[in-house]
Amino acid sequence: MASIKDHFEMPSKSRTWSLALIFIGALLLVIGFVTRGMSSDENDKTIFWGTLMYNSIFFTLICNASMFFICATTLAMGGWQMAFRRVPEAISKMVIILGSVTWLILLYIVVIDNNKDIHIFHWLSDESKSDPILKGKLGFLNPTFFFIWTTLAIGLWILLGARMRKLSSEFDEGPIDAEQGKSLIWKNTVTAAMFIVWFALTVASTIPWLWLMSIDAHWYSTMYSWYTFASSFVSGMALVALWVIYLKNKGYLEYTNEEHLHDIGKFMFAFSIFWTYLWFSQYMLIWYGNIPEETVYFKHRVQGPYKGIFFLNLIINFVCPLLILMKRSAKRNYTLVTFMAVLIIFGHWIDFYQMVLGSISKEEVTLNWLDFGIAALYIGVIIFFVGKELARKPLVPKYHPFLKESIIHHT
Amino acid sequence: MAKKKFVVGCFKQESVLFPAVKRVRTAGYKIHDVYTPYPVHGLDHAMGLRETSLHTAGFIYGITGTATALSCISWILASDWPLNFGGKPHFALPAWIPIIFEFTVLMAAVGMVLTFCYLCQMAPFLKKHHFHLRATDDLFVMVIECTAKTNAEDLQGFLANAGAVETSIQEAEAGWWLGTYDKEQRLIRDTTIEIA
Repeated sequence: MASIKDHFEMPSKSRTWSLALIFIGALLLVIGFVTRGMSSDENDKTIFWGTLMYNSIFFTLICNASMFFICATTLAMGGWQMAFRRVPEAISKMVIILGSVTWLILLYIVVIDNNKDIHIFHWLSDESKSDPILKGKLGFLNPTFFFIWTTLAIGLWILLGARMRKLSSEFDEGPIDAEQGKSLIWKNTVTAAMFIVWFALTVASTIPWLWLMSIDAHWYSTMYSWYTFASSFVSGMALVALWVIYLKNKGYLEYTNEEHLHDIGKFMFAFSIFWTYLWFSQYMLIWYGNIPEETVYFKHRVQGPYKGIFFLNLIINFVCPLLILMKRSAKRNYTLVTFMAVLIIFGHWIDFYQMVLGSISKEEVTLNWLDFGIAALYIGVIIFFVGKELARKPLVPKYHPFLKESIIHHT
Repeated sequence: MAKKKFVVGCFKQESVLFPAVKRVRTAGYKIHDVYTPYPVHGLDHAMGLRETSLHTAGFIYGITGTATALSCISWILASDWPLNFGGKPHFALPAWIPIIFEFTVLMAAVGMVLTFCYLCQMAPFLKKHHFHLRATDDLFVMVIECTAKTNAEDLQGFLANAGAVETSIQEAEAGWWLGTYDKEQRLIRDTTIEIA
């Protein structure tokens, strides 16, 4: 045990890179804010805030997916993830920073601005006072409920996540006997179950309705929340894979080997297929039914300016993972998994782009330096703070009763 | 097919079985198979089995299913007998995807089951020789194929020495149709892991 390197130190090169990304991103954000966010043109302003919103939501959800991964494996009594469990733990801590930013942005858009200049959410507009369909939805879609539910959602993700991380660090203190082990596992199970229930009530149902689907308040799809969840979970697993490979590359995580990588790769592969299943179910039923109030969502995406992005999305997020990650040897290959992880995160980022901007700016695709700048800012923040968090704690929960199961893991 | 002579050794524990497999292979004996009550992780590596090609076969069956379903449906509905279904185009790809998918799964599943039966030399109503019935209960049964040079009695002693609780010499059919799957064996990877 003593021989393993369990204290991570962020290499100065990585730190410089992350700071450079933060700097470039922040610079572009400021330029964007001055030229678009403060512009007198309401359309420019709406697009600026929409860009900011989908980026924050995307990166918050993929970091939160790490905690979902930990809780789901905990409830399943999984042991294989112990060798690298500190990595998703560190990533999930980002919800504190990114969640607060998202909360502020949504608060500004919905409560403070409230449709004065920013026209993202259709249900905030004056039309909702006369339109019978929107009127019927106002019990759910109103600023008060939006504010309370968003606050609760982000707050409880942070709180329950912090509890899971605190319980995990109790395994570092010293050797534990069977009785202590049992009670700690039980405590972990209870907290994980609470997180999963809250996750089901938020990410897997209400939060995508409120934050994303209600942009087109007339339109609805029962697949939407699962679609968003699948998107965020598969990119969350890709993010975990990237960090695991990065740490392996720097000589840490000795217990993690291609067996663990294989299982992470399986998650990336399987949830890419699951995402496609939801994408297709949503699309095919609406295409087949051909009812105007449903097809309105796909009109400008399939036949309008978003056509390219819409189908590129399907190629990156379905065809590539299907063909490239299908082979067992591909899922055990560090280079291929790295490549696919980057591709998957990019693909789902583009997916979130067309989910939000496709509804705000229907006439033209606005993907430009601002989108990439804000994404760079968030990526820089994630690299910097996850690296910091990883350095704070031992990389392996040394006295965890399931650790041996992870070391001898064999797929 | 020809009958072959086998030496059978029964082991009570995985922890005895693994070193025994290693010793038997190092001594140069050819392991026919190891029958276990449950799947034992890492035993395939220890025995030096190559990775199965069942999944490659499955992929080919699946692709065949996709191609068959797509070409069949599109020929019928877009070329041979076009019908108007709710104003949809004749080449209504989204509507066909579920059927194409189902057919892919069907072909892959049925094809893989049949291939699996072939690889394991199994078929309905075929009685297979059991080297030891307790392999389905609580014993790990290692079966070693005898060649012309093998001294079966010596091998029995060798197995007992390696920890076998019970040994025997048996004659059985090695395979019953077109060839067998016992290609040459090699060690894929050394699985010894140091655990503190």
